Amino acid sequence: MFDQLSDRLQATLADVRSRGKLTEGDVDKAMREIRLALLEADVNFKVVKSFTSQVKERCLGAGVLESLDPGQQVVKIVNEELAALMGGASRDLVLASSGPTVILMAGLQGSGKTTACAKLAKHLGDQGKSVGLAACDTQRPAAVEQLVTMGKRSGAAVFEQGTERNPVDIAEWALGQARSQGLDVLIVDTAGRLHVDEELMDQLVQIRKRTKPHNILLVLDSMTGQDAVNVAESFAERVDFDGVVLTKLDGDARGGAALSVKAVTGKPIMYASTGERIEQLERFHPDRMATRILGMGDVLSLIEKAEQVHDAESAAELERKIRKQEFTLEDFLKQMKQVRKMGPLQNVLGLMPGMGKTMKQLRSVNMDERELDRIEAIILSMTPEERANPSIIDGSRRKRIAQGSGTTVQAVNQLVKQFGQMRKMMAQIAKGKMPDPQQLLRGMR
Amino acid sequence: MEWEELIDRDGVALAPAEPAEKERRRGRFARLRESLRKSRQALTAEISSSLFDHLDEETWERLEEALILADVGAPATADIVQRLEHEVESGQVSGPEATRERLIELLAELAASEPPKLTLREKPTVLMVVGVNGTGKTTTIGKLASVLRERFGLHVIVAAADTYRAAAIEQLEAWADRAGVEIVKGNPGGDPGAVVFDAIAAAEARGADVVIADTAGRLHTHGNLMEELAKVRRVIAKRLEGAPHETLIVIDATTGQNGLRQAKIFSEAVDVSGVVLTKLDGTAKGGIALAIAKELGLPVKLIGVGEGVEDLRPFDAREFARALLEE
Repeated sequence: MFDQLSDRLQATLADVRSRGKLTEGDVDKAMREIRLALLEADVNFKVVKSFTSQVKERCLGAGVLESLDPGQQVVKIVNEELAALMGGASRDLVLASSGPTVILMAGLQGSGKTTACAKLAKHLGDQGKSVGLAACDTQRPAAVEQLVTMGKRSGAAVFEQGTERNPVDIAEWALGQARSQGLDVLIVDTAGRLHVDEELMDQLVQIRKRTKPHNILLVLDSMTGQDAVNVAESFAERVDFDGVVLTKLDGDARGGAALSVKAVTGKPIMYASTGERIEQLERFHPDRMATRILGMGDVLSLIEKAEQVHDAESAAELERKIRKQEFTLEDFLKQMKQVRKMGPLQNVLGLMPGMGKTMKQLRSVNMDERELDRIEAIILSMTPEERANPSIIDGSRRKRIAQGSGTTVQAVNQLVKQFGQMRKMMAQIAKGKMPDPQQLLRGMR
Repeated sequence: MEWEELIDRDGVALAPAEPAEKERRRGRFARLRESLRKSRQALTAEISSSLFDHLDEETWERLEEALILADVGAPATADIVQRLEHEVESGQVSGPEATRERLIELLAELAASEPPKLTLREKPTVLMVVGVNGTGKTTTIGKLASVLRERFGLHVIVAAADTYRAAAIEQLEAWADRAGVEIVKGNPGGDPGAVVFDAIAAAEARGADVVIADTAGRLHTHGNLMEELAKVRRVIAKRLEGAPHETLIVIDATTGQNGLRQAKIFSEAVDVSGVVLTKLDGTAKGGIALAIAKELGLPVKLIGVGEGVEDLRPFDAREFARALLEE
């Protein structure tokens, strides 16, 4: 349904290499893909608009146009900009100088407040803090019971007075309890409320006034759509929250809502809830989120790995050789070694943009690492002359190579033949004609 | 769209609505409009018929923007905008008011090709309610049980098969009390299949009309939990031939494009027959329902527009589409 953004960009920019230059039109095309990807990820429309214009500016800037792989360069820029937008000033919980640190939790119905309260209690408890939970959701049936049960699991004390009293009074009473028991932290659970519900929003403001929380956290469902900005803006306006707890990140929502909220309120995402178990709450990593929103798989780690093993100059030289069909078995060996340095072949191919579909088919084929070992052995048994010009390999050379590599004459034959085909195909790719990757792989094997 | 039109009892006489009912209904309709009014604001700012006074590139862009902001999603949005644009350009539709009416029609058609039905022909009819965490499954069941009992005089049993979440059973119990219906429950952490099994047995023994099974919220990405849900369904099917007769997925109207994944994967696991769109009383517009209808052909059957029992309503595609656009 949704292709990896990197795949789509690769396709969009596939013909750029043949021209060796990225035009503004190409960048516009790429921005359209990015726009769609971000919308698919539920990033707010308006945020997307301003974001793409910013990225476009950078893409038209120096370096990108001339690079060997503009597609990946563009992805890299997008990711960097996203990470910058998501990140910025990170924030820790503010701790009280004396008495209990009060944390007020707020959010829409069903965002996961009660669960987040218990998880945060567990998280802070594991850091050696004594934690209390105040049950101020008197609205939803059995919300108090839920907090009591989950509180027990988290090892925190739960302060509840049923559902008859006013939540504002319960919060104040619970704070008194926490104080007299000398607790380090009090987490206040509140009823889920719509940001347009004046009465309940007022109640939240009252709880804030009475308990003077050191931290107010907005609990936000990572599956939230375009409306996330309205919700966040309303809560920010009424109770000026300090940060966000992003829940249900163990789903497959891309979580663009997190980006929208950060963009319109400037409030950081502080925690992420990543599973059903009570200990599954983590500090939030903005960089990982950027990658997730784009659906880029691990293309960035591939770029990093490639940067480690390649230097720009040899890459340019390689490109020239491929284009002119001067690519030799020696080069092939070097490439193969470099690729294998990056990890098992299957993993590396999975990381490569455009290989997603091929990988699915490959899984059944099962790329054999041992076959690569054999290929390596055959090439290593050749003289430098033979590697540069395989056409000189005659019958007796073949026999020698087969013996040296512990393979058969047929295997040597096959490799030489396939290498010839592959060289042709690679030249085509370099000229911008993309052959079927399956065919390419058949050539390699 | 009235409840009597939604509920399909195959000729079984329905308790006629009392005279006072008309008044109440009008009040409820006003409430729906009131709650949808808020959700409309953002859209109406963009789409009044004056938008179609001058048709140019910007018209379509603004329409596109409005639909995207309503969570309709890029593919469904492109589809609607292209069709409307085509019909306008080919002269099939002309004039601002007609264009706007056609837009409503297109949106309504996408949402539902025909009026939804909730089929309660069997005795007992088994309804299974599924969805991710926090969408409002238990609340929806409470309201639905109440409507079926009060309005149609049906004998309803709710099955507390969410044995996982803390206090989920107590929450359903509170709703059952309010609705005045029976509840069959097991122990926390117990086997959800066994609870539903018992509920069907109880329904047969007591001659109940409807069993509504609550299930634990689960993210569709958790394969083991989805397998557990499929197993609950198998238990139901084995216990009573043809059951569950309806499997409803509850989707939160604030949900973005992930709603499509939810609907798809739940459908694969338990063969969903319809959608309940909840929390439409906020500013979220629930446009994801259009994307779900377009991609998966799953009709919305019920909507939730507030906390009260009377805030669960049959889905009316035209009303929904119109409410999205009307000032």
